[in-house]
Amino acid sequence: MKKIEAIIRKSKFDDVKKALHNVEVNFFSYWDVTGVGNEKEGHVYRGISYSTSEIQRRYLSIVVSEPFVEKTINAILATAATDKVGDGKIFILPVEEAYRIRTGEKGNESLN
Amino acid sequence: MEITILTVNNVWMMVCTALVFFMHLGFSFLEIGLTRQKNTINILFKNFFVITVGLLLYCIGGFNLMYPGFEDGDMGILKFAGFGITAPEGGMGFGYADGGYTWWTDFLFQGMFAATAATIVSGAVAERIKLSGFMLFAVLYVGLIYPIVGAWKWGGGFLDAWGFYDFAGSTLVHSVGGWGALITIYLLGARIGKFDRDGKPKALPGHNLPIASAGVFILWLGWFGFNGGSVLSADPELTSLTLVTTSLAAAAGGVTAAFFSNILYKNFDLTMFMNGVLGGLVGITAGADQMSPTDAILIGLIAGVIVVLGIALIDKLKLDDPVGAVAVHLICGIWGTLAVGIFGAMAGFDQFLVQLIGVGIVGAFCVVTSFIILMIVKSTTGLRVDKEEEINGLDLSEHGMDAYADFRINEG
Repeated sequence: MKKIEAIIRKSKFDDVKKALHNVEVNFFSYWDVTGVGNEKEGHVYRGISYSTSEIQRRYLSIVVSEPFVEKTINAILATAATDKVGDGKIFILPVEEAYRIRTGEKGNESLN
Repeated sequence: MEITILTVNNVWMMVCTALVFFMHLGFSFLEIGLTRQKNTINILFKNFFVITVGLLLYCIGGFNLMYPGFEDGDMGILKFAGFGITAPEGGMGFGYADGGYTWWTDFLFQGMFAATAATIVSGAVAERIKLSGFMLFAVLYVGLIYPIVGAWKWGGGFLDAWGFYDFAGSTLVHSVGGWGALITIYLLGARIGKFDRDGKPKALPGHNLPIASAGVFILWLGWFGFNGGSVLSADPELTSLTLVTTSLAAAAGGVTAAFFSNILYKNFDLTMFMNGVLGGLVGITAGADQMSPTDAILIGLIAGVIVVLGIALIDKLKLDDPVGAVAVHLICGIWGTLAVGIFGAMAGFDQFLVQLIGVGIVGAFCVVTSFIILMIVKSTTGLRVDKEEEINGLDLSEHGMDAYADFRINEG
């Protein structure tokens, strides 16, 4: 089992979600995050220009069994890119164990 | 017949009284919208304080200080008609104020105006003034300074005798508040983070522009009462003309500020649009019953440019005015007062000169008295919160409260 964490543009979320469904990854969590990075957003407020390095992104957390790892990564890579700075990152982490709370099933069984 | 006319007039004046009252919500919304969320309770508290205590003070002595009944030709400067309010004989009849309103309406309409001067200060000093210091300042400014200046013109004092004209208060209300705001922000200093080490101004964006927008729409609505009621009767021609000039100046001021700031800064800044509307409103206030629609549009147009430049000037002077109160109320108030001598039915060099003298005298008086009051504040309650309190926010340090308890949008 692996946990795939992806930071993506909010504007790409719907495309990524659809692509994940297409490779039968139907369960995942996500939340909105603020981070800092290379991208600067230009703002003007009452005649004063300023740039903020605060970047709004969406954070996906997907736990899948080994056969799905490659597919999941490819689905995100294919749909989340705009080729501009700030498309985000994908991290892969090992997952020691997983349980389904309702039934007590564990391992791959608990994931689908 | 007379009672019918009095009734109609009085109803209109009470509607206007209610509209001016409503402006206090407008100011509150504008001020909290253009500042950070950690100071919201504090600003609302100040606004409640100003209208409640302001009205009580006006009842205790303000009204009789502002309308003490100067004799014709005595060039009144200061006179006090005693504490408390008691309706005079005939105060409810047609004989009072030419049947424009009853004495009670007179008191309440003027009372709603009185607090406005301190409300203007409240926005400019937001996010760093000590609450106790502000309260002391507001009591003295609304209780004494506003009615004394008001007496010079509306109370029939020396400015009135000289022919100075200020229909609804570009000078008597807005500039009086604006001067107080200017001196207070000068003595207070800028908010932490407003200027960087090189003295370059930085943006401290307001936390709720939808609320600020609601505030400006409410203020425009309230201005129908502020200017419309300053006719002091329901005179069909004058009230309708006044509402037309008021609205046209607001519209012209807003559009001009929005596009002028776009030329300067390359963005369509909503807050500049709002300040432009208010600048137009303040600008037309001195002569709203004297202007043609074209005059009103020109006054608003110039006010729109002045507001944008005024806001930049305040930054350049290293002063910090989060809501633009000085640019809107002081600078556009001066412009509107002078405009009576330039546009409309009273235009003329002599009138312009009288307007200029009035602006100068009121300005000098407000600057000096603000300074004295603020020195008293500084040596008693203190003027500014300490650094840590300011960073944590006045809601926490002054009130121990949270404006959006479970709904935290953004820290800091």
